Amino acid sequence: MSGRAPHLLAALSVIALAGATFAGEIPMTERRSGYDFLSRETRAMQDDDTANPGMLAVLEGGALWARKTGAAGRACADCHGDAGASMKGVAARYPAFDATLKRPVNLEQRINRCRADRQQAPPLAYESRELLALTAYVARQSRGLPIDVAFGGRTQPFLDNGRAAFYRRQGQLNLACSQCHDDNWGRRLAGNVIPQAHPTGYPVYRLEWQGLGSLQRRLRNCLVGIRAESYEYGAPELVELELFLMWRARGMAIETPGVRP
Amino acid sequence: MRFAAGFVAACCVVGAASGGAVRAQDSIPSSLTGAKGDPVRGRAIVTNRQLGLCLLCHSGPFPEERFQGNLAPDLAGAGKRWSEGQLRLRIVDSSRITPTTIMPAYHRTDGLVRVAPAWRGKPVLNAEQIEDVVAFLTTLKD
Ligand code: HEC
Ligand code: HEC
Repeated sequence: MSGRAPHLLAALSVIALAGATFAGEIPMTERRSGYDFLSRETRAMQDDDTANPGMLAVLEGGALWARKTGAAGRACADCHGDAGASMKGVAARYPAFDATLKRPVNLEQRINRCRADRQQAPPLAYESRELLALTAYVARQSRGLPIDVAFGGRTQPFLDNGRAAFYRRQGQLNLACSQCHDDNWGRRLAGNVIPQAHPTGYPVYRLEWQGLGSLQRRLRNCLVGIRAESYEYGAPELVELELFLMWRARGMAIETPGVRP
Repeated sequence: MRFAAGFVAACCVVGAASGGAVRAQDSIPSSLTGAKGDPVRGRAIVTNRQLGLCLLCHSGPFPEERFQGNLAPDLAGAGKRWSEGQLRLRIVDSSRITPTTIMPAYHRTDGLVRVAPAWRGKPVLNAEQIEDVVAFLTTLKD
């Protein structure tokens, strides 16, 4: 094969992907956040900071942000200062490529990297109260800002994996994410309205959980629902799905902390 | 596997009788167990949200069931629209009629990927349960 052929192929496949639309893909103008499918009461709960139960975690996250911890005895604030300025827009860009790991990491993983590298503190467990609180606090600083993950170049293969997973039928019930969230959103699966699966509100306060949960927890719930093999928290496959969902929701506003049924 | 053998045999019998493979694919005429199902048990399976899961997607004549889905046709009248054999095929493997259907194949274990360990190698419903569901659906005449 000549030296040029692989380049040409790579270039062609980028063009093909950029222009590709999948059957049933939701047109940009018809995209709606899960918020739009909520009852009036639940929407009011999300809108009012004094009623939104997720705000408790945001407050707790603010306290953790300022608390010195780890062998280094440093707080997040010691490096990043006022989160209102330094963390503005950050959650809207995650998952983001990590040059050391050579793959995208989500916000929770980024926070744990800072703990390990800068604070010399042990990682916080996924879904632990502290990690959810810090994640919610950081993401809250992007509320109202448009989702803007980087794609193309080195994140492209990961985005493609996430997309493939979204369109793959799997599990004993043999369903793809897209069959519910692209093809049947707005309809009722038993008592639940099927949303479009936009990751705009995470971590969310879910009434069914009676607590805050991450996007990965939500994805694992849907995988269990179709009786598919799940993934460990933090697994590359889940981060790739997150990346694809963020790309799919590009331009939509971050709502953290969202409230969901 | 017993159910697979029965399924293939059923197709061949119809194929021979009607002289066409196309018709053969619209029906599984004979019982997977050789026996008739129990419609009362079948109704319980259909309305059970862990077992039949039917009401996730379908609605039907079940006034006591509050949350019914609307991703699929109402089951009322299914026994008038379809023969017993046609119903059996639709429950066993709807994708033989419409490859892109969202309705799970209730009695098939091949061609599935990433099935959770607890369910691996098992069909959603066993042969007896399929027959019970079919027996119940044939009673839905209006
Ligand atoms: C059989 C239907 C079905 C399938 C298949 C499915 N989901 Fe869901 N999903 C739902 C329903 C229903 C909800 C909302 C539940 C509720 O009301 O709390 C939901 C919620 C979500 C949400 C939360 C949206 C929000 O507004 O917070 C995300 C994200 C999501 N799903 C992603 C996925 C992904 C990724 C897959 C594939 C791995 C998938 N889903 C497969 C039915 C499905
Ligand atoms: C995930 C969704 C889903 C589930 C679960 C499901 N179905 Fe279906 N079913 C469908 C759809 C969609 C159709 C429409 C035809 C098609 O697309 O294959 C259908 C069609 C049918 C039909 C023929 C349509 C007609 O005119 O009445 C019958 C009968 C039926 N289903 C029975 C059942 C039974 C019984 C169960 C449970 C044991 C069940 N279905 C579970 C989605 C589903």
